[in-house]
Amino acid sequence: MKILWRSAATTALALGVAAIFGPASPATAETPQYGDELRLVVGSKIPSYDAHIESTFGMIHPIRPFYSVLMRVNPDNPSSPTDFVCDVCEGDVPKPTDGGTKYTFKIRKDVKFHDGTPLTAHDVKATFDKIAFPPEGIASNRQAYFKTVESISAPDDYTVVFKLKNPTGTFLPSVAMPYNFLYAKKDLDAHGYTWHQKNINGSGAFRFVEHVPGSHVKGVKYENYHHKGMPYLDGFTAISAPKMSVRLQAIRGGQADIEFRGFPPKARDDLVKALGDSITVQESDWNCVLIVTPNHKVKPMDDVRVRKALSLAIDRKGGSKYLSRIAIVKTVGGVVFPGHPLAATEAELAQLAGYGNDVEANRAEAKRLLKEAGHENLKVTLHNRGVDQPYKVVGTWLIDQWKKIGVKADQWVQPTTPFYATLRKKKDFTISLDFNCQSIVNPIADISKFLPGAGNNYAEFQDEQLLKWYDELLAEGDEGKQREIIRKYEKRVLDELSSQFITLWWYKINPHRSYVKGWKIAPSHYLNQALDNIWIDQAEKKKQLGG
Amino acid sequence: MSTMDASPETNTGFKRVRITDHIGRMVRRQPLGTGGAIVIILMVFMAVFAEFIAPYDPEANSFEHMLVAPSMEFLLGTDQFGRDLFSRIVYGARTALFVGFACALVGAFGGLILGVASAYFGGWFDLIMQRIIDVFMAFPLIIMALAIVSIFGTGTDKVIIAITIPFVPRCARVVRSSALAIREMPYVDAARSIGYGHMRIIMKHIAPNVLAPFLIMLTAFLGEAILLEASLSYLGMGVQEPTPAWGLMLQGGAEEYAESAPWVPIWPGLAITIAVFGFNLFGDAVRDILDPKLRTRG
Repeated sequence: MKILWRSAATTALALGVAAIFGPASPATAETPQYGDELRLVVGSKIPSYDAHIESTFGMIHPIRPFYSVLMRVNPDNPSSPTDFVCDVCEGDVPKPTDGGTKYTFKIRKDVKFHDGTPLTAHDVKATFDKIAFPPEGIASNRQAYFKTVESISAPDDYTVVFKLKNPTGTFLPSVAMPYNFLYAKKDLDAHGYTWHQKNINGSGAFRFVEHVPGSHVKGVKYENYHHKGMPYLDGFTAISAPKMSVRLQAIRGGQADIEFRGFPPKARDDLVKALGDSITVQESDWNCVLIVTPNHKVKPMDDVRVRKALSLAIDRKGGSKYLSRIAIVKTVGGVVFPGHPLAATEAELAQLAGYGNDVEANRAEAKRLLKEAGHENLKVTLHNRGVDQPYKVVGTWLIDQWKKIGVKADQWVQPTTPFYATLRKKKDFTISLDFNCQSIVNPIADISKFLPGAGNNYAEFQDEQLLKWYDELLAEGDEGKQREIIRKYEKRVLDELSSQFITLWWYKINPHRSYVKGWKIAPSHYLNQALDNIWIDQAEKKKQLGG
Repeated sequence: MSTMDASPETNTGFKRVRITDHIGRMVRRQPLGTGGAIVIILMVFMAVFAEFIAPYDPEANSFEHMLVAPSMEFLLGTDQFGRDLFSRIVYGARTALFVGFACALVGAFGGLILGVASAYFGGWFDLIMQRIIDVFMAFPLIIMALAIVSIFGTGTDKVIIAITIPFVPRCARVVRSSALAIREMPYVDAARSIGYGHMRIIMKHIAPNVLAPFLIMLTAFLGEAILLEASLSYLGMGVQEPTPAWGLMLQGGAEEYAESAPWVPIWPGLAITIAVFGFNLFGDAVRDILDPKLRTRG
């Protein structure tokens, strides 16, 4: 994982040249200051407050600061996929016992919900019961991540025990996901499992004040927060700003301090050019990837030669070089987050269709396959999501790539809601862009996206081999063997079946006002959003904004 | 009487007027309208001969030439995908005119049919038709077009439908008011009294006499349709990439490149402005020529 920290102390001519610091940021060397408020801009709406059923950063960014979780990525080292620390659990993250099938968490005794109720093991159990074993009719978006959990128990007020069916490396990353907001058992018992969709009673660093839809969410410091000495801020305001230009100008004009999702490179360059020293830029690989999903039930996508040809046409390295200047994509990779020990090396990637270095040879092979399949003059409509970054930019690039093998493509763009209705219900698309965005880097869980029959796989195909390998992977504890299985799985998905194929992995760019301190970029826009370690350098803020 | 004969006079004694005389008179009396006509002719020329005028493929990415400023190689510069802006502007004229003419013609003819029918038949038919038109006209054009495009989806064909539908009632309302007056004319009564059918009366006696307001609406619709298409594309609800369309070019360029590469949004913006201005000037001139009151003043 690479994190770039760029202070814009240099001139705008130095754009693109980033000073690389290690995980220890300049912020940690400074003494945090108390007071002031953070103003963040959020580019998406809040569908509901219940993280157990939501997946959007539009909810995480403004609502996560109100809640605690059992454990989380280390806020001081969020780029590491394996560095987890306790939030409401005590001490270090527990090691498994009973042959890797039992995790015992000790719960802190000083945690209180914002209504004054003490947080106990029973609240943790009730929360994870809701997530892992929801009653019929109650949605839980990440239930599948806890398939290996056999039971959850609270033998006393401050101990929670998770019993697993088999040892797995996916358990702790799943528990550390930022969506696992801890709810009070009494709220679930008294108000039911849907109460949290419209109500907030957390134990996070900030107390909920108000939500004005379309305008903002406001929170104030929670004085009884269990991480003593935190939070540093008096409060925060999450300002709703769906248009990127508005978010950008808000930071530029001093109406906002930070945006956590990420801006495209050009926006970063403009901000740095305009504000110089007043902007700090953090960059990171992003655990999000754009996937091309052919609908195997629609001709000619039922023919593997056609699917493979479309993948072979893509010059991923060229795309990485140029698209990274105009879009939030950059890294060439396979099904696993690039840089993770389980990810394919460059040599391994080169063995897959469309990853070879000789682009012309790839395209010649693509043309041959199309001819063999009887689709030399193929016309397709690429179904795409009506979001510029990176969907429409990558869609336009893909159409040009396909044109180079004689495929004529146009684009059918839909806003988010009908886009997903098409993928999930109507299924009347031929080929579509889709994405796989995860929070914690958890490759074994993340690659379930490519499984036939997975709830979020829209390719409409079946393959027993992939299912078999995935089951083997879940049961395998040895990392070396996991890696072997993943390589076979990857080859099958991206090459032999070309059931889906990868375009480019995203690249996260977060320019923010340089007086915002303490926050460190993570490989996901869902992570490290508790805001408890953020502080404002008030003298610097005054210098920049006046007043 | 005027013909296009080459000889200046005939043996009837009437002075024959050449087409150049018409043009000369138009230039003298309607200089702005003439300017508008020139813009339209240029647009049509660009649209028809785009393949010969444009130096590059308007859809081909050329990442080696991303965001190149205007130069001899790229007259208007290139966009973020390295596409030649001049070529995209030229081909964009084709999209604009295609959408503009399709919407204006279908919308105006639809309005003509409904307006004349509503006026001629009157009674309940007219009452119901006018209330439906009232409902449609209660919405601003862009709102109505946005609502329709959100139902039908995006793409050139859907945009044409979205723009055409709100045009129909607007034209129908104007045409109806003229047709109501024509319906009461003695020659229409005479036609009825000698047993002419409805269709014949409408086609022979009413429709030809409402052509003036119809043509005025038609020309006004052309500019409006181009502007609406550009607006919808700018909002991401219209024509989609990689089709060259001015509003779409503006959408891609305005937000991110207005500062660092101002040529990206400037040229399509200018193209939209000039085209709409041209059609409006021409429309005004047509109105001045066809409106008897304005004509006598001239």
